Amino acid sequence: MTMNIKLRIWRQANAQAEGKLVEYQLNDVSANMSFLEMMDVLNEQLISKGEAPVAFDHDCREGICGTCSMYINGRAHGPQKLSTTCQLYMRNFTDGETITIEPFRAKGFPVLKDLCVDRSAFDRIIAAGGYISASTGQAQDANAIPVEKAAADSAMDAAACIGCGACVAACKNASAMLFVSAKVSHLALLPQGHPERKKRALAMVAQMDAEGFGSCTNTYACEAECPKGISVANIARLNREFLNASLISEEMPK
Amino acid sequence: MSWMNTFLTSSIGRKLVMSVTGLFLITFLIVHCTINSMIFFNDGGEAFNKAAHFMGTNILIRTMEIVLFAGLILHIVQAYMLAAKNRQARPQGYAVSNPGANSKWYSRSMTLLGTLILMFLVLHISHFWSNSRLGGMMGIAPLEEVQIGDKEVLNLYQDMMVTFQSPFVIVIYVLGVISLCWHLIHGFQSAFQTLGVNHKKYTPVIKNIGIGFSILICLLFALMPVSIYAGWIC
Ligand code: FES
Repeated sequence: MTMNIKLRIWRQANAQAEGKLVEYQLNDVSANMSFLEMMDVLNEQLISKGEAPVAFDHDCREGICGTCSMYINGRAHGPQKLSTTCQLYMRNFTDGETITIEPFRAKGFPVLKDLCVDRSAFDRIIAAGGYISASTGQAQDANAIPVEKAAADSAMDAAACIGCGACVAACKNASAMLFVSAKVSHLALLPQGHPERKKRALAMVAQMDAEGFGSCTNTYACEAECPKGISVANIARLNREFLNASLISEEMPK
Repeated sequence: MSWMNTFLTSSIGRKLVMSVTGLFLITFLIVHCTINSMIFFNDGGEAFNKAAHFMGTNILIRTMEIVLFAGLILHIVQAYMLAAKNRQARPQGYAVSNPGANSKWYSRSMTLLGTLILMFLVLHISHFWSNSRLGGMMGIAPLEEVQIGDKEVLNLYQDMMVTFQSPFVIVIYVLGVISLCWHLIHGFQSAFQTLGVNHKKYTPVIKNIGIGFSILICLLFALMPVSIYAGWIC
């Protein structure tokens, strides 16, 4: 089955330029194409006409790297639940539909070009404390440190975060709390993460605030739009970690 | 105490202030609703006037009244500061947005609902608080007194009976209470989440208690002006 669609895509030449929505007509789109393949077809046509192709981020195209973004018809990663844009198929749309595609919008995610945004703010948040310090040398025996099954499962669920930024894009406050909470949680839940947990919570929250992300008002739009189904229970855990580090522990903020 | 400053100006610290003041204001609502529900005894206002006299003269309650105003102001000021910061976090909005697909309208409208409640509060305080507390001062007419037992107490009951004769006032009160209801349905459970309480066993209970509490307390509040206007209470 094929369909004809109308696209309205945000075009912006560079970070400083003014952008605007530009309309394109795309015919004979296969329903079994992925959304990014549809974009590839559009770009082929633009190139053959001598126009600049639409810049968009993508890498693995199998839903694991978190590189693809796009705000499609008012939703981060489009209308399909638990899915990245690369895992979205054209069968989710109908013949004759108008599809509006915008970049993720946030002060912390400035637009670089067209649909590409700079998400290095997330890297700086990780660099602030989203790691554990480990001594090098002989690898430790596997399972040398016992971990409770439930904690291991919750840590694994939090670690599923691919850092795509859909939580920020979907949040009315452009808050990065779901991302930060997933990163803090998967380390706080495991014994290896314990020695640095207080420093980590303080440093990562401070960096999150410095990057200009908003604060969480518990609308839970992030959880609903997260392609990996990260739970807002992690945000409560981040709150606990941060309150504990700030008010109960003797750790001083930098 | 720079650590305290760092904490209170952090995003989570500001949210904690919202949560704690919000829960405190909820405890006030419970007290306020309980005292005012005395009018439903329909005893010519005796039980209500007695209770109001106790609240107006007890030193502990009067001290808490100052704390209450402080809490209220903190909740309001912090809310507007957070709302402004959150707006700055997305300088350019989306051309097409479909927030209904991922969140509830009232959870996204807390500032609007809070502003409606604030507008209602200004009217409400001018109706009842200023003349009972400041009557006789600053040109505000004092309330009449009424004999209960061997005491002369302010006749707040009569004040209510007079105020709730205007249909305009009834409509404003009912709208104010409806705004409060939606504000509480989100705010109650949201306060716990901010405090870090998210638990497989307790969170569903907290959510249900929050919804039940919000509806019950707002029904009682709405019933007060409505039943006086309708003449069910006289
Ligand atoms: S391109 Fe890797 S997740 Fe979509």
